[in-house]
Amino acid sequence: MSTTLDRYDITALREDFPILKEKVYGKDLVFLDSAASAQKPRQVIDAMTQVMTSQYANVHRGLHYMSEKASEAYEGARDKVAAFINAGSRDEIVFTRNATESINLVAYSWGRTALKPGDVVAVTQMEHHANLVPWQMLRDAHGTELRIIKITDAGEIDWDSLEDVFADGRVKLLSVTQMSNVLGTYTPVERLAKFAHEHGAKILIDGCQAIVHRKIDVRAIDADFFVFSGHKLYGPSGIGVLYAKAEILDAMPPFMGGGDMIASVSYEKSTWAKPPHRFEAGTPAIIETIGLGAAIDYVNAIGLDAIAAHEAALTDHALAVLPNIEGLRVLGSAQDRGGVFSFVMKDAHAHDIATLLDRQGIAVRAGHHCAEPLMGRLGVTSTARASFALYTTPEEIDALAKGLERIRKIFA
Amino acid sequence: MSELYQKIVLDRTRYPRHAGKPAQFDAHGTGVNKLCGDKVSIYLTREGMDLHHETEGCAILTASADLMAEAAHGKDAAQIHELAAAFTSAVTTGTPNPALGELNALTPVSQFPSRIGCATLPWRALEEALQNV
Repeated sequence: MSTTLDRYDITALREDFPILKEKVYGKDLVFLDSAASAQKPRQVIDAMTQVMTSQYANVHRGLHYMSEKASEAYEGARDKVAAFINAGSRDEIVFTRNATESINLVAYSWGRTALKPGDVVAVTQMEHHANLVPWQMLRDAHGTELRIIKITDAGEIDWDSLEDVFADGRVKLLSVTQMSNVLGTYTPVERLAKFAHEHGAKILIDGCQAIVHRKIDVRAIDADFFVFSGHKLYGPSGIGVLYAKAEILDAMPPFMGGGDMIASVSYEKSTWAKPPHRFEAGTPAIIETIGLGAAIDYVNAIGLDAIAAHEAALTDHALAVLPNIEGLRVLGSAQDRGGVFSFVMKDAHAHDIATLLDRQGIAVRAGHHCAEPLMGRLGVTSTARASFALYTTPEEIDALAKGLERIRKIFA
Repeated sequence: MSELYQKIVLDRTRYPRHAGKPAQFDAHGTGVNKLCGDKVSIYLTREGMDLHHETEGCAILTASADLMAEAAHGKDAAQIHELAAAFTSAVTTGTPNPALGELNALTPVSQFPSRIGCATLPWRALEEALQNV
């Protein structure tokens, strides 16, 4: 931050993101696709550059100065992540490539050992493919069952359906998003964790979207597993996080074999390192991990409460402005929702909307948002989606509304 | 706002002339755009190379399918392959080709690389239908 923030100084904050000065087709970039991947502040870019220019070597291997410096910075990022989500210990933080890999790690390692054939994994209708496909693969390979918890038309978890799914006592894992990447719905994760535990199940929380907008406390939630990606949190791509309670990680076998995850190796057999390194085979994403650490520092310096307040105002503004556009329908109307808006327009297909907005410099996503089954549940094939970040302004939402109004006229 | 969404394209999207699954047909082919989930089915009646389409997708896809049905009408497989190649070239390079007639309305899609696939999808479905004849 260039300034001390007495109040939320959006102009100063936007200065931190070099890309926001770029022009698109000669127009100001209005970036409303942060839910797919967020832009990066100078602080993250500089931290990554600095690793490469002054303290780079492989980690955990060298006995030399540069390796020690790099290892220190890499492991320092683990401390930052642990503090950011209030984990009980740094050893509960496993670095992965992204949240998708984190879930696959759990499905492969924990799923094939802690779950027995016939045990049930339950997910909701509004999961990203990343929190559906790995459980289908586990089902097919290991004989577990996969059940789907319904959502209401408002886009909230249908509690009756949840209770139905758990009724026979066979659910051993509830794997659920904390914020839908399509509907913007926040799920009541603390209540869900309590429910799962009371029914003898563990809970995995896909925090990809939520962690960008809300303070996460994995211990207050009582999450067994919590996953997220660095690139949505203003950090680089290629780095993700798996949090799991220490006793769970301790009992899990490795996901991949290779260097850095072993205690000892002979030609006959090997023994595994303790978590988290047991799950970090091979040279990790050193530069990206340090970049994630810088992103966490950046977000902490602004404060998630301040970010949340800013984004709540943006969400209210969007909810006031978007429904005024004739023929536009925002999908989902959850009580607790954040700055992710999927919408459809009468006569204009989502891809045409995205292309025509793009020519006005406005970036939105269009398609099924890696949630194809949810599209079917909502009765649409695709939607356009606008999503907000800490650098989004009300004026950008107005620009979106104006752009949509022009599109409406084209297709009218 | 854009030369891509001109009158011909919008008109064909709103009022496609060759939409719907016919009661009888000799072959059909489908195309799915994995990127966005758009779908198209092409139904081919050998007599007179009569084509119909069912599309679930954007304006570019629907207009392309509808204009294709007209352009291919009465042609044989070899002529259609030629037309498909000419069309693909036009929408990739952005250079109109007199042989393409109204299909040239889609050539501005060349400026939207992520959308070229929408324009060519019906043609890929038609190729599949031709193989199924």
